[in-house]
Amino acid sequence: MLLQVIVIAAVFGSFGWLISNLVTNFAALNKNFGFDFLFQPAGYDINQRLIEYTNRSTHIRAAVVGLLNTALVAIVGIVLATILGVILGIIRLSNNWLARNVAYWYIEFSRNVPILLHILLWHGIIINTMPHPKKAIAVGDFLFLSNRGLYLPQPIAEVGIAALYLAIVAAFAFVFFFSRYAKKLQSETGRQLPVSMINFIVLISLPLLAFLASGSPVSLDLPALKGFNFRGGMHLMPEFVALTFALSIYTAAFIAEIVRAGILAIHKGQKEAAEALGLRPKRVMSLVILPQARRVIIPPLTSQYLNLTKNSSLAIAIGYMDLVATLGGITLNQTGREIETMLLVMGIYLIISLSISVAMNWYNSSVKLVDR
Amino acid sequence: MDTKKHYAPGSHPDLPPPPGTIGIVGWLYKNLFSSVGNSILSVVTILFLYWLVTASAGWFVLDAVVDASSRKECKATNSGACWAVIFKRIGQFVYGFYPQEERWRPDTAFIFLIVAVAPLLYPNLPFRRQLFWFSAVYPAVAYFLICGGIFGLPEVGTNKFGGFMLTMIVGVTGIGASLPIGIALALGRQSRLLSVRVISIAFIEFMRGVPLITLLFVASTMLNYFLPPGTTFNLLLRVLIMVTFFASAYIAEVIRGGIQAIPKGQYEAAAAMGLNYWQTTMLVTLPQAMKISIPGIVNTFIGLYKDTTLVVVIGLLDPLGIGRAALADAKWNGLSTETYLFVALFFFVSCFAMSRYSLWLEHRLNTEHK
Repeated sequence: MLLQVIVIAAVFGSFGWLISNLVTNFAALNKNFGFDFLFQPAGYDINQRLIEYTNRSTHIRAAVVGLLNTALVAIVGIVLATILGVILGIIRLSNNWLARNVAYWYIEFSRNVPILLHILLWHGIIINTMPHPKKAIAVGDFLFLSNRGLYLPQPIAEVGIAALYLAIVAAFAFVFFFSRYAKKLQSETGRQLPVSMINFIVLISLPLLAFLASGSPVSLDLPALKGFNFRGGMHLMPEFVALTFALSIYTAAFIAEIVRAGILAIHKGQKEAAEALGLRPKRVMSLVILPQARRVIIPPLTSQYLNLTKNSSLAIAIGYMDLVATLGGITLNQTGREIETMLLVMGIYLIISLSISVAMNWYNSSVKLVDR
Repeated sequence: MDTKKHYAPGSHPDLPPPPGTIGIVGWLYKNLFSSVGNSILSVVTILFLYWLVTASAGWFVLDAVVDASSRKECKATNSGACWAVIFKRIGQFVYGFYPQEERWRPDTAFIFLIVAVAPLLYPNLPFRRQLFWFSAVYPAVAYFLICGGIFGLPEVGTNKFGGFMLTMIVGVTGIGASLPIGIALALGRQSRLLSVRVISIAFIEFMRGVPLITLLFVASTMLNYFLPPGTTFNLLLRVLIMVTFFASAYIAEVIRGGIQAIPKGQYEAAAAMGLNYWQTTMLVTLPQAMKISIPGIVNTFIGLYKDTTLVVVIGLLDPLGIGRAALADAKWNGLSTETYLFVALFFFVSCFAMSRYSLWLEHRLNTEHK
């Protein structure tokens, strides 16, 4: 009890000391603490924005633009890293010596080099060694890579797009209910339906049918070279391309190891027992190995996703306008509000990671093996 | 005449294995071409490797230039990589702006580092006990050797530190200091005292929740606001403190994982023997938890070592900072690929060595039956 009191007193004491210092320093510098600066015009431009923004918008809007840019790079990066990582992890377990070793060395090379170096390296390659737009590397007539970034065709929704959205929702709803029905049927009667096959067909064909029936309501805006640069299409900035690329190949190496370790963590006896019961190899994988591997894989996988999101803050090194570069960078420099802006930046990252780790702890306790 | 020899049952000598299952052919068959899918994968990989080697050999080696005084001169000589930017500035890449005539001091400190770390890493080393004494005093030795100021060694300001030397300083200090703090935090998180537990959890979750770069910003720009007016202290020291705190939160979580993996029976047995909290912790919990968490700890160390590159963002000149300074020079403008690949090679070699060591140790400590 006495110890607890001492600890609490020490912690509060040091916090109080820090804050009293802060107050003294602020008074000496004639500064005040407040968040009113957020509603003043920002006065700077942001080259990539997902919502409307001009340099007359407020600082808080600049921060939101930055946050959305962080979210964009994080989501795209997570998707790419997961795909690449799972493929690599499976190749690492393949019995093909050559492929296995290529994957091994890829993983070792990319995870043993700091992420900041990955980012700068890819950014440098795009800026310094890619050709000018006039000599851009073209894939077909629709994809162009140059030192100004990547140009892609942009799908444009036209009248009747609602039918397509509706069909996609309907397809997912079907998959959900059909899987539940099939599971119920199996547990009651033992009859098995080819669930994954039917789901796959429905997922592909329903939106496709809707697309054709409503008279293909999507048109593509192709990029085309006009003057010194491309016009039209979707333009991905070099910073965005470099950052996404670097984050996904770096994180993919970690994900690959997680997937591999997760599958290897399942005791050999489990597989042998399943085979002894007469399950086919595919069923051994889907009913015995994967459900158990999932418990091992998902927690570290989530923390990799979190790492990727936090690593995206290194965007500031190449000038990608994410949350740290807008709110914690230019806004900080213009308004001189170091404490307030950094508190906000840290707070936002903290909220993101705490909510993910709460979800993770909940998941962990729900799948935990029961001990005494 | 019957040439067949007759053998009594069971006395036939072993026949050689069927051709195609042994030797190179057998190996190729088993490892590369055992099925159609496997063969396709092999062929695709071989083609990819062929393309990779032919495409990169020219740029890296055959057409590369190692001696030139500017990028222009490089490009005029040959079409490949211009390694001259590295060779001309190798001193800076290694030592930063540490005075030329004093560079034997970090060199000596580095050799001492190997001597100090060896007994910690290799349990079978001869004279291990005696060397431990050296490990214990090494931090002080290294500090005075590198910073100077006593025994007639001229003082060298920390703003002169840079290059790989700075990486080593931040990395080694961070690693050394974060382990004890991490253990304390992990025990604090499992503590029965509510206040200790809450404070440990708050510290760990805060440190793990924010990007290191924001912590470094705090260290470089804001820390002065929180200290009595007029206090200034060294930027490098502030960075070291932040990096240590950051890494210790991660280490705490790794060790907590180790502590939680210990079966309950161990605690029950310890309690039955009448051990108190500290005896249980020191004799039962930690030895087992540390063993389980060694791979995780080494991984955290590798992460910390790689994270040292972030100091470039607040203006310290680690190898990346030196590289960027070289690229800002009009003479070498645009050679980013060469510069960054060189720095990447350095990090790859050191981190790969660490991860190999971790594998070796894991193997050694694995007392379980396989």
